[in-house]
Amino acid sequence: MAFARSRQALAIAGVLGLALGVTACGTGNDKKSSKAGSAECAAYEKYQGHDGKKVSIYSSIRDIEADRLNQSWKEFEDCTGIDIDHEGNAEFEAQLPVRVDGGNAPDLAFIPQPGLLKRFVDSGKLKPVGADTKAMAEQNYSPDWLKYSTVNGQLYGAPLGSNVKSFVWYSPKTFKEKGWTVPTTWDDMIKLSDQIAASGTKPWCAGIESGDATGWPATDWIEDVLLRTAGPEVYDQWTTHQIPFNDPKVVDAVNRAGSILKNEKYVNGGFGGVKSIATTAFQEGGTPITTGKCALHRQASFYANQWPQGTKVAEDGDVFAFYFPAIDPAKGKPVLGGGEFVGAFNDRPEVQAVQTYLASGEYANSRAKIGDWVSANKKLDLNNVPNPVDKLSVGILQDEKTVFRFDGSDLMPAAVGAGTFWKGMVAWINGKDTNSVLNGIEGSWK
Amino acid sequence: MTTATPTVGVGAQATEPVTRAGRVRKRLNSRTATLVSIVIAVLWTIPTFGLFISSLRPENEIKTTGWWTFFSNPQVTLENYQEVLFSTGSSGQLASYFINSLAITIPSVLFPLAFASLAAYALAWMNFKGRDWVYIGIFALQIVPLQMALVPLLRFFSTGVTVAGVQILPAWDLVDEQKFAQVWFAHTCFALPFAVFLLHNFISQLPGDLMEAARVDGATHPKIFRTIVLPLITPALAAFGIFQFLWVWNDLLVALIFAGGGNETAPLTVRLAELAGTRGNEWQRLTAGAFVSIVVPLIVFLSLQRFFVRGLLAGSVKG
Amino acid sequence: MEFDFAAEQPKFLMLMYGLIAFVAVVGGLLLLLDVVPSWFARRREAQLVAASVGGGVALPRRRKQREGAFAFFFLLPTLLLLAIGLVVPAIRTTLLSFMDSSSTNWVGLQNYEWMFSEDSIVRVLINTLIWVILVPLVATGFGLIYAVLVDKARFEAVAKSLIFLPMAISFVGASIIWRFVYAYRGEGDQIGLLNQIVVSLGGEPKQWLLESPLNTFLLIVIMVWIQAGFAMVVLSAAIKAIPADIVEAARLDGVSPWQMFWQITMPSIRPALVVVVVTLSIATLKVFDIVRTATNGNYDTNVIATEMYNQAFRYQENGQGSALAVFLFVLVIPIVIYQIRNLRKQREG
Repeated sequence: MAFARSRQALAIAGVLGLALGVTACGTGNDKKSSKAGSAECAAYEKYQGHDGKKVSIYSSIRDIEADRLNQSWKEFEDCTGIDIDHEGNAEFEAQLPVRVDGGNAPDLAFIPQPGLLKRFVDSGKLKPVGADTKAMAEQNYSPDWLKYSTVNGQLYGAPLGSNVKSFVWYSPKTFKEKGWTVPTTWDDMIKLSDQIAASGTKPWCAGIESGDATGWPATDWIEDVLLRTAGPEVYDQWTTHQIPFNDPKVVDAVNRAGSILKNEKYVNGGFGGVKSIATTAFQEGGTPITTGKCALHRQASFYANQWPQGTKVAEDGDVFAFYFPAIDPAKGKPVLGGGEFVGAFNDRPEVQAVQTYLASGEYANSRAKIGDWVSANKKLDLNNVPNPVDKLSVGILQDEKTVFRFDGSDLMPAAVGAGTFWKGMVAWINGKDTNSVLNGIEGSWK
Repeated sequence: MTTATPTVGVGAQATEPVTRAGRVRKRLNSRTATLVSIVIAVLWTIPTFGLFISSLRPENEIKTTGWWTFFSNPQVTLENYQEVLFSTGSSGQLASYFINSLAITIPSVLFPLAFASLAAYALAWMNFKGRDWVYIGIFALQIVPLQMALVPLLRFFSTGVTVAGVQILPAWDLVDEQKFAQVWFAHTCFALPFAVFLLHNFISQLPGDLMEAARVDGATHPKIFRTIVLPLITPALAAFGIFQFLWVWNDLLVALIFAGGGNETAPLTVRLAELAGTRGNEWQRLTAGAFVSIVVPLIVFLSLQRFFVRGLLAGSVKG
Repeated sequence: MEFDFAAEQPKFLMLMYGLIAFVAVVGGLLLLLDVVPSWFARRREAQLVAASVGGGVALPRRRKQREGAFAFFFLLPTLLLLAIGLVVPAIRTTLLSFMDSSSTNWVGLQNYEWMFSEDSIVRVLINTLIWVILVPLVATGFGLIYAVLVDKARFEAVAKSLIFLPMAISFVGASIIWRFVYAYRGEGDQIGLLNQIVVSLGGEPKQWLLESPLNTFLLIVIMVWIQAGFAMVVLSAAIKAIPADIVEAARLDGVSPWQMFWQITMPSIRPALVVVVVTLSIATLKVFDIVRTATNGNYDTNVIATEMYNQAFRYQENGQGSALAVFLFVLVIPIVIYQIRNLRKQREG
């Protein structure tokens, strides 16, 4: 009986196969036509000679942002004949090591954590950049940036996009109505907070819930404050574990951040008490600003994409951002930020060509024109940056006075930077005291 | 097939409640029992129901008020579903992912079913040395977390097997839709321990004299397996089939690793996770997406439910 | 909204190849085992007839040998796949658990010492214990009660389907549904059902998922919600399988419903209960998505599988992650021993 049935299945499969086979003949793959000779392709001449080759890229960028990426290198693909196959995944940080260890590494990866990049260098999986890429990267990016992808004197990737985290979001409209002014020093900011609190509104709002990355916005807070209270040198010692995680200077910084984040008078506008910070999604953290239930929200430049539809993001609009003020202006203009680096797991010539192109000024401008993108690339023309907040960010990144530091939690070993530090901050918001939180994190750093 | 079933008493229990005693019992207690069980069933469904209502509400409403306010202030929109079902981007249409899900799921259910029933039969009805230990070994493998198997298995596919510098098995080198084969392979591996455990439970309960009679008649093992065992355990197969279907259909991790995230191979779950997560807490898409992904498993469950109940029944028929 | 079907054809083709492979492998195996041995058997029979003396002793032994060969082929696909897909990874994991985070140096028992000395990990172990005790117990208990109840009810099929419904939802989906239930708003209307109920009863809304140890139990509720359907369906089927004459006889003896349950129902459905409890226990030990989606292990809710994933994949601490996985293997040993005893009993009985 069973035999009869399987024979029947075989027959069905055969018929199906025939039908599909016949129709499949009609659809041949069009070969990508390279229009290498045309005028608009003149700029891509140095990347020529890889017609028909495929380069795979893996990143954490998805959906609309991924569409924009594909759009940004479309011309490059058309002119060089290189087919760039980009795949974005939310679990990027966890999946990339699986793929690499499993022998299925992508050609290129956009790695946002220098710590992760170093891991691949240490295990011998990441290839140093070629001479062309190195020249291009050194020409377009400051040494401040390149040092994050340099291991043992070798450069392992050029920076790509970046973001500025030292921003406080506010509503220019509300500020105008109430007669508040944008603070330029830390003390002014606290005075303003008190003034707003006295008027019956909780001035600050925050949200650190972010799925399995819950806690990261709070770590940014701490880093930004530490950069201001202790200065960039101490910050560097802290991120490289030359001073312990629970150094008194760090305790001070955390407590100062706590004077805002754990102050029931100040937070959490629009959401409730201090503890509601822990369960509020980071994407929603600043939205009460649009309804006037909160006035200030410290978050990176990319928060521009999180506002409800129809919110005008501009200096004279519904929302905008100001630079998170320095405590001691004499120590310069500390800026906390992040970004991704283009690392290569393969050194085939076409892979290096793409890597070089991504480090170029042409690419930076091509991508910036599409919108919602910031880079520290020196060739990036401010006129090509449509979004006002992005303009502000690029301005800060290109400013000579800026003392730029990379997001510390991305520099630390993942077990700390993406583990105990995040978790510790969640516990801290949830009521645990500063010392025991920091001691716990220090204990986990081996 | 069906004529063989009643003679061994397996699967015949479906007719049981129609005895007179059963009917009397039913009438006596039915009212309170019905009431209580319906109340519990309704309570059980409230969370899902709330999600369903939410999926029909506009974005702003979902984020500011509870779904129960829907009843005092009904605002219905199909926009969420529209967005989930028909939004297009470089990542392609939902229908494409739907087909991927089907192409992944069907073989991933069939292979473990066949292999596990063969193995379970051998472990239950063939005499060979150490069979209990083999069975216990397979049973214990259920605990291996599949996360720990990802890297070695991926390496098996992408670099083949090399022992002492000698390539024993080549790399698979699959592209695009061929990667489905990797997913089938992985899902089959991960499903086997539970499948063998469940099916062994059924097959070992089959009446021994039936097998003995067949052996005396000179039937070979493949013949007994085909003509006696398979028809008898069809319900059990359907039962495991549903579990495996639900598991594979809802899986995200295995598919992401072995098929990748592109629209050539990634299943529905990958696309829905993407829709829900990229731009913040898009609750409205999330709720609608959840219902889109539930539909198929629900249809499968409801249509196979009959088999399912009878299937699990068979295994426990004898004490 | 046009849909390019031509682009989808390779997928169907691939699916078809898969199905053909399926028929070829399974059908081929059965055919092989059917044809080849019978050919051998015929030859052997001829030999036996030729040398008819002394064959009586040789026959049974040969038959057993042949059975071993048969069994080998029946088991071959399963064993092969398990070896590649699970045995090798299990061995590898065990080895990695004695190595450092980059899996290059041997570190002895260091990862295990870490596991039992780190406060947060000890908490993880305790939580896992709570889970693995409560989930099978509550889910099975609920499933059993419901199965008994629904046995006498009308609308049985509908009621059962509703209880089973959560099984069709992925763990991630289920956790999202329950996050809606537990949601908290400090200001304005509550959007979480639980807080709405509390508020309408005059209470203060709470941030449920922040409150340890309550939150672990709230997460367990999610797991029970999903798995009770499984228990219910299996046990309900078992209850229906109890022969009517036994029930009838007991009833004539004047047995109370309570006694009936303990003396007739329970012993009859014992094997089904074992299947349910064992399956649920193993599923609970491996539970991962629920905790990850609902709290990501914050607020003292972490369990082994989630922490293992974090350590091995997110923190790149392969050694520590593997040690946690090995601890999972250890936890399953009692269940395995129970299974061995069961099997022995079955063989004897």
